[in-house]
Amino acid sequence: MAFAEATPALLPPTVWQRLKKRKLALFGMALIALTIFGALFAPYLTPYEPNDQMFDGLTMQGAPMAPGAQFALGTDLLGRDLLTRILYGARTSLIIGVLANGVALIIGTFIGVTAGYFGGIWGNILMRFTDLMMAFPALLLAICLAAIFQPSLWIVAMVIATVNWVQTARVLYAETASLSQREFIAAERTLGAGNVRILFKHILPHLTPTIIVWGTLGISTTVLLEATLSFLGVGVQPPTPSWGNIIFENQTYFQAAPWLVFFPGVAIVTLALAFNLVGDALRDVLDPTQRGRA
Amino acid sequence: MKKLLTTSALVAAIALPQIAAADAHSDLDPNAKSGGNITVTYKDDVATLDPAIGYDWQNWSMIKSLYDGLMDYEPGTTELRPGLAESYDISEDGKVFTFKLREGVKFHNGRVMTADDVKYSLDRVTNPATQSPGAGFFGSIEGYDAVSSGEATELSGVKVLDEQTVEITLSRPDATFLHVMGLNFASVVAKEAVEAAGADFGKTAMGTGAFKLADWTIGQKLVFEKNQDYWREGLPYLDSVTFEVGQEPIVALLRLQNGEVDVPGDGIPPAKFQEVMGDPEQAARVIEGGQLHTGYITLNVKMAPFDNVDVRKAVNMAINKERITQVINGRAVPATQPLPPSMPGYTEGYEGYPYDPEAAKALLAEAGFSDGFETELFVMNTDPNPRIAQAIQQDLSKIGVKATIQSLAQASVIAAGGEADQAPMIWSGGMAWIADFPDASNFYGPILGCDGAVQGGWNWSWYCNADADAMAVKADSMTDPAMVDERLKMWSDVYMAVMEDAPWVPVFNEQRYTMKSERMGGDDKLYVDPVSIPVNYDYVYVNDVQ
Amino acid sequence: MLAFITKRLIQSCLILLGVSFITFALLYLFPADPVRQIAGRSATPETVANIRAQLGLDQPFIIQYARYLGNLLQGDLGRSYLQKTEVSTLIAARLPASLLLMLGAIVCELILGITMGVVAALRRGTATDNTLMMASFIGVSAPQFVVGLLMLYVFAVQLHWFPIGGYGTFAHLVLPSITLGILGSGWYSRMMRSSMIDVLRQDFIRTARAKGLSRIRVLMRHALPNAVLPIIAMIGIDVGIFMGGIVVVESVFGWPGIGQLAWQAIQRVDIPIIMGVTLVSACAIVIGNLVADIASLFADPRIKVR
Repeated sequence: MAFAEATPALLPPTVWQRLKKRKLALFGMALIALTIFGALFAPYLTPYEPNDQMFDGLTMQGAPMAPGAQFALGTDLLGRDLLTRILYGARTSLIIGVLANGVALIIGTFIGVTAGYFGGIWGNILMRFTDLMMAFPALLLAICLAAIFQPSLWIVAMVIATVNWVQTARVLYAETASLSQREFIAAERTLGAGNVRILFKHILPHLTPTIIVWGTLGISTTVLLEATLSFLGVGVQPPTPSWGNIIFENQTYFQAAPWLVFFPGVAIVTLALAFNLVGDALRDVLDPTQRGRA
Repeated sequence: MKKLLTTSALVAAIALPQIAAADAHSDLDPNAKSGGNITVTYKDDVATLDPAIGYDWQNWSMIKSLYDGLMDYEPGTTELRPGLAESYDISEDGKVFTFKLREGVKFHNGRVMTADDVKYSLDRVTNPATQSPGAGFFGSIEGYDAVSSGEATELSGVKVLDEQTVEITLSRPDATFLHVMGLNFASVVAKEAVEAAGADFGKTAMGTGAFKLADWTIGQKLVFEKNQDYWREGLPYLDSVTFEVGQEPIVALLRLQNGEVDVPGDGIPPAKFQEVMGDPEQAARVIEGGQLHTGYITLNVKMAPFDNVDVRKAVNMAINKERITQVINGRAVPATQPLPPSMPGYTEGYEGYPYDPEAAKALLAEAGFSDGFETELFVMNTDPNPRIAQAIQQDLSKIGVKATIQSLAQASVIAAGGEADQAPMIWSGGMAWIADFPDASNFYGPILGCDGAVQGGWNWSWYCNADADAMAVKADSMTDPAMVDERLKMWSDVYMAVMEDAPWVPVFNEQRYTMKSERMGGDDKLYVDPVSIPVNYDYVYVNDVQ
Repeated sequence: MLAFITKRLIQSCLILLGVSFITFALLYLFPADPVRQIAGRSATPETVANIRAQLGLDQPFIIQYARYLGNLLQGDLGRSYLQKTEVSTLIAARLPASLLLMLGAIVCELILGITMGVVAALRRGTATDNTLMMASFIGVSAPQFVVGLLMLYVFAVQLHWFPIGGYGTFAHLVLPSITLGILGSGWYSRMMRSSMIDVLRQDFIRTARAKGLSRIRVLMRHALPNAVLPIIAMIGIDVGIFMGGIVVVESVFGWPGIGQLAWQAIQRVDIPIIMGVTLVSACAIVIGNLVADIASLFADPRIKVR
């Protein structure tokens, strides 16, 4: 599991021990592992193809089939197996979630740290720019961007990244600014250390816990945003399954076929919840002073 | 459930050079009671009630009830009948129409309507400053070009002979002219009201119609009140109509079942359809009607490989139209040609391209594409169109054509279609053609004619057949009522020629299903009125009036 | 204080200017042509050209933006392309509904969040605490459209407790408010819990108990008011989150607010409306943030103003 491999290098062993003790965190990690498993092994877990519109998938009158023996979670309005689409949809959510969040993290770190470290005019401009981006209603901006560029997996990820880097930038700015004032930084400078060295050897390592926490929590936000964009019809292109666009396509039937909204909905909540639980636990473990703050 | 396919009897209306004087009494329903209010719901807000501008699903029938034009239609049918014009004469060459107006018709503010108002309204709708999407329909009136380019502010071809007489001269014979006079765009408005309201005229109404606008709360509801002085005596039956907007179709139907709503303006949503039809009591109140609608896939003849007619024919044979109508719950009829079955000029018995994937593959191979090819299918991103596109995509994949779906906002698809090199295939759903008026020519010009195959045009298949265009012009100049059959035959030939070239895949003609509440009365065809889409508010009534 | 507010106000104006520029530029880049939508499908090329000239859409970008800005400074948000009505009229007609919804959401999230947080703090470490915290996690993780659809289905369609979407009475307000507020209630319950735990540890609480005051009294009159302060300060921030949420919630519940207006306008590329709603939303967000920061200063000078 990718997460387990990464931790020893980034976190001291004691942190990992403490994390393991928190039951909610374990629960969250288990959910994430389950999702990744489902996404990776989807072709082997179900006999159906996600985009295969089957004649047997609809009743004689053309209505979707309820969950049963043949289709574990039922079928959708085009006669495609819902379980299969949900499993493949996990790929969409994970890929976009991680990708978008990764890019957002990079942008946020770059802007926040640069502004915090160098300060001055540039710092001011960058932070005002951040305020500007914060003033945009994120969803409206995302919808407009998605309408301008013909959506694809990458475009959707970029759009989400564009609206999501702000919080990270602000937090890292505050921390970097405070760190930069500390004496040991001044000491390093007098010793002749260049900016790059200071940044990478002294500042960034201190920021790592925050970056990890925000990185994890951020995936939850990006998963939710991707689902919302797909729900509004401006997410990934059909027939690529995404939990949000499954609900979008089938919501008019939510009375007659509530499983079409319920199961993908549960999937979205579960994945977002998992990352929230892990991120929150990481925050408690890595930096107790942040406890409970929004 | 009663099934009514409206048939055309356009023949009868056009055949008579003069129509007998006002028959305002003959169509009253003996069972009708006067009084009562009904509630109609719509999902989308009403943009405007200005007849020169309104071109939406919601406001089309509302405007019909607030305003009148020179010509009108028999309720629930596509037959023309006189409106504000009591009678009319057509000159020998078919180019001069003299309309005699009814006397004593009053606007909602009490003023009597005269010929000056007619002229004012026509000048206004063709004036570019009004930004009317329907200005182009009046292109055959003399003086239109001058007004449209801004050189003149009045149509030289529209003359007021006296208070009750308007003479309209056309620059060329136009067999569709009387239909154009029955369009909402040709409605008569009161000059003083337009000038008083300025650019906000669309949020008010001042016409001669059966109802007046009593109240409008933006985003929530509109209330129409009976026009006590309406010139058709005995009409309307209802005292008022309340329109509630912002209601999802499912919610509207649930409220109808609860007794809170009388007519769901957006029809019966697919999800409730089976449930409703399974209950005999409710099924009896469901009305099905044909629409003058065709849903089609355009194949861009300027983009390879759709420049090859065999490829286009192969695609036609690959689409399983029955299955696609299943996607919309069977509420459509598979289409074989551009015109819908209820349109005069429809070629009966024409089978079109049968569903035959094997033959399609063979044809593709003959054309040199035995391995298929890749292409893109553009579609509008509101439900159910992405689903239909996915069904089409699957059909195409079975003959080796890999189509990637581009599901975009409506305006983006329209923009892509208007460029010669962007959209190889477009599914027209959500933007599909519904006839503006019940005449065969309405399906040709902008979407299949050479004039439409320009940048920014609506002929998304970029199809341009000069011979067919010539036939179309000839057909529309056949204004002689005795030549109606010949004209329809010529139009039929035009569309057959189009099908030979197969720039389109006609997929289905949507049927409209709506339901009325228990208390509503009136002939079923009023609820699926092909002209006053969807409901003819002037003629419906309720049964529970004291 | 005054200097702080003045400085922030100036900054806010500049921010709004920036928002207007970026939005205008984005809409300019839309691949769809609004003139085509207005002109309709039977329009001739001359008509289209006429309309384009009338709307000033044939001008270069900078001129168009300058015109827009000029009008904006006079309070004119322009006219909708498709409805011809003034954008300010449309927004003014729908804004009260959205504000009502946000108010309802704030009430919901405060009631839910504070109650859950207090109970969890008092029952710290027990199963109740864990359940409540889990519930708040779920609240933060659920997309609003899922919550909305499920609430509609369960409470309106199946149980008939509430009307199925729509607007008008208090009953109509309940479900959408809860849907919009659940996200915030998740945050607030956790904040409230930790804030409460901190306050309960304070000396003055022990003093109050030692004086013989009842638990309830200590709770309500001494602990709660202090614990709630950080939350009150955060309400302003919610506005930003709501501005995105109302697009979805109003769509699901058929609520006639500006979210629904914006969504319909985007579908039809009715640029003046999109600009107007974005600016109004940005305005609200900026004001909300300012209020939150001022409230933070008053609530607890020790809390850093972000």
